[in-house]
Amino acid sequence: MNPAVGLFAFLAVSLATAVIGFYGLRISRTTGDFYVASRTVPPWWNASAIGGEYLSAASFLGVAGLILLSGTDALWFPVGYTAGYLMLLLFVAAPLRRSGAYTIPDFTEARLDSKLVRRVTSLVVVAVGWLYIVPQLHGAALTIRITTGLPSWVGSTAVVLVVCLTVVAGGMRSITFVQAFQYWLKLTALAVPVVFVLLVLAGNGTAPQAPLPVNPSGQAAAGVYQHISLLVALLFGTLGLPHVLVRFYTNPDGQSARRTTLIVLGLLSVFYLFPTVSGAVGRIFAPELAQSGQADALVLLLPGKLIGGTAGDLLSALVVAGAFAAFLSTTSGLVVSLSGVISQDLFGGSVRGFRLAAVLAAVVPLGFAFMTDTLALAGSVGLVFAFTASTICPVLLLGIWWRGLTDAGAIAGMLTGALLCGGAMVAGTLMGPGNAPAWLAQPAAWSVPSAFAVTVIVSLATKSRVPASVNRVMSRLHVPERPVVTER
Amino acid sequence: MPDSPLFTAAAIAVIVLAVAVVVGVGLKVMRSFRDLGTDAERATYNTLHAASRAGQHLRGGLQPAGAAKASKQLRVLLGCDALAITDTGSVLAWDGAAEELRSSLMRLAAEVLATGRTAVVPHAGHRANGKAEHGSHDYSAVIAPIRSGSKVVGAVAALAPAAGAGLVRATSEVADWIAAQLELTELEASRTLLMEAEVRALRAQISPHFIYNSLNAIASFINTDPARARELVVEFADFTRYSFRRHGDFTTVAEELRCIDRYLLLERARFGERVQVSLRIAPEVLSTVIPFLSLQPLVENAVRHGLEAKEGPGHITICANDSGAFAEVTIEDDGVGMDPEHLRSVLAGHTDGIHVGLRNVDARLRQVYGDEHGLVIDTAPGEGTLITMRVPKSQPGHDA
Repeated sequence: MNPAVGLFAFLAVSLATAVIGFYGLRISRTTGDFYVASRTVPPWWNASAIGGEYLSAASFLGVAGLILLSGTDALWFPVGYTAGYLMLLLFVAAPLRRSGAYTIPDFTEARLDSKLVRRVTSLVVVAVGWLYIVPQLHGAALTIRITTGLPSWVGSTAVVLVVCLTVVAGGMRSITFVQAFQYWLKLTALAVPVVFVLLVLAGNGTAPQAPLPVNPSGQAAAGVYQHISLLVALLFGTLGLPHVLVRFYTNPDGQSARRTTLIVLGLLSVFYLFPTVSGAVGRIFAPELAQSGQADALVLLLPGKLIGGTAGDLLSALVVAGAFAAFLSTTSGLVVSLSGVISQDLFGGSVRGFRLAAVLAAVVPLGFAFMTDTLALAGSVGLVFAFTASTICPVLLLGIWWRGLTDAGAIAGMLTGALLCGGAMVAGTLMGPGNAPAWLAQPAAWSVPSAFAVTVIVSLATKSRVPASVNRVMSRLHVPERPVVTER
Repeated sequence: MPDSPLFTAAAIAVIVLAVAVVVGVGLKVMRSFRDLGTDAERATYNTLHAASRAGQHLRGGLQPAGAAKASKQLRVLLGCDALAITDTGSVLAWDGAAEELRSSLMRLAAEVLATGRTAVVPHAGHRANGKAEHGSHDYSAVIAPIRSGSKVVGAVAALAPAAGAGLVRATSEVADWIAAQLELTELEASRTLLMEAEVRALRAQISPHFIYNSLNAIASFINTDPARARELVVEFADFTRYSFRRHGDFTTVAEELRCIDRYLLLERARFGERVQVSLRIAPEVLSTVIPFLSLQPLVENAVRHGLEAKEGPGHITICANDSGAFAEVTIEDDGVGMDPEHLRSVLAGHTDGIHVGLRNVDARLRQVYGDEHGLVIDTAPGEGTLITMRVPKSQPGHDA
């Protein structure tokens, strides 16, 4: 592939992100547009923004790569990523919107009336955010290496730089518009090449290259346990992702928060069609990518491989642009919400503190990314979901739906989840790749129930610590809002 | 997947966490082993420490949860076998032995609650049940009233095998001490009430100010353009609905913007096209909770004091931005500006009559969010004015 293509695509996306961030709202309005301005963002727009923020490197590159490697087994990833939103819709979206809390630490502090819970939650949220940014940076490193031939560190550093600059310079002030743009860019960037590839294949009747290898990567097939564990991680993990929750505040009330989530479900379902098709096409026509360890780059390489020429280059540029949209949007969403948490708890919430926190939130994962090596994007993101599901999710779900939750229970639950899931991740690393038993490689199936159990048991044991404000907070969470005074 | 980079990341995180826990526990242990002086000093320290811990638990008033925690500390302080705290109707907390007497304590305490005098009940167990129970110790109870002002609001009961004069004196001291804590709680409560009342008074001040100005603007149209005047009156009625019918001291940025729109319609009736307004509102902050009528007075200030005195058209820009955990609203005009020194004396409350709205909003913001959230005003004579307001986005305690 022509290296200039990748560079050009990257620069264009970075520029577009910055420009929309800075100038998207600079359109002056006259007083006649007051009503337009004070009406909140329509749900479908908001839903695009959520989709844009949510679809990360794992979705854009990882899903297709996994399908190439392990076939239909990998379909559980898109299913889980999407179905997590169903959980969000059913259990969290509306009550959380009504809570008036902007971050998960805000929520736990208000619900449990305890500063200590807030601090523990903040720590966990920052850990989750950092863990989640690392795979995005690996994705960027991979993309730059494959498409331009530059060394890996260029890609991750570039993403961190762009994100830092835009966030610090205040370019993410209207992040909703940026993220909505990113969703449609990602969808286009995946859909158009896939459609072209399918058309070309249908047109010249290319035959599969080799007799289809059942399992090109030589990995052992995943068992029922892994599937269940993965689904638990993805379903419950989505609930606690720090950057997703913030989006719901652009909705005026709980009801529109639900409607937004419903649209998100639709948008995600449409999006995941394309990585799936890409993966399937790759499995049939480009199985050698799996052997060479470039499975995650399948989406990037497919157009060049199957179409070639100028058309192939253009389509590749589009895919690279989409990939960078994925890295930039997820990373900037995470950095913005992390720096909110860090600046509030560490720097007293000043403007300077926020900038400092933004740099901190972006640079620390960059260090992690340098120290570690890029491998199986979808899998590593799956582990972040497992960690979130074992730590934040029990507190969030029980906090919303169970009056008996106490501060001691919440802290015990979060620490248990963090130790079990984090411990399993560390133990898995120490044992080396492929040697870890299934229950260590996919800890969610036991770490999530344990975290729930510990939270409930400790809460029951410390009944006297149920905050006095529980009735007020619960009614605020669950009683629908007063209808806004209608015009005229 | 097991060799994923996340494993390394998680490993580092877990190690950092473990080190933090070890250091934290170590510090605690070190502190407890530190030399604390002579026995008498240590005893004084222990007594005061127990009292202050118990005091914290009683800050919420006579509640079962707080009383339960405080009774643990107080029982150690008195060195008795069991300690109970009651209010006038029921036993709130029981700490220590002889829990079986809990149900009959109110009967024993009835006289104390009625007369307000400390009583000693020898053989409390026998008296309570009418007969001697085998296997249970024979306790005497000292019951002292907790007085708030002239009223008895509860009682403290200390149970010990023998009730000496020392225990009686100590128990009534503890009861008095609890009463003092409860008075502190009431003080806190009345301070909160005072603050709320002040906020309400400030809010009440703003509406008449606006009504006066609006009615003047409408009056100017009644002769020249009756139809327009009628429209404006309807507009005005809508505004008053917002400002009078609302319950609660908070609203959202979106509703406040709607209110500003009505206000500007009324103002444009008078200024015509001389007042131009542009808006840059980030949708993220539209649902942010702000004090009721906190933006409209700022716009009004820009119109009245910035543009009115200026020749030719004036421009007002209203921006609302997301800024980390805060929402930042700025209102800028290119009018005549103010002298910063003069403005300072206005905000300090030395000058009466002008910029009432500005001072009012500033005072309310400080009252609600603290001094660091007052208005920030950049201005100079002839240079226009830029007013910045920064409020936390998360305010779970405030209902819009």
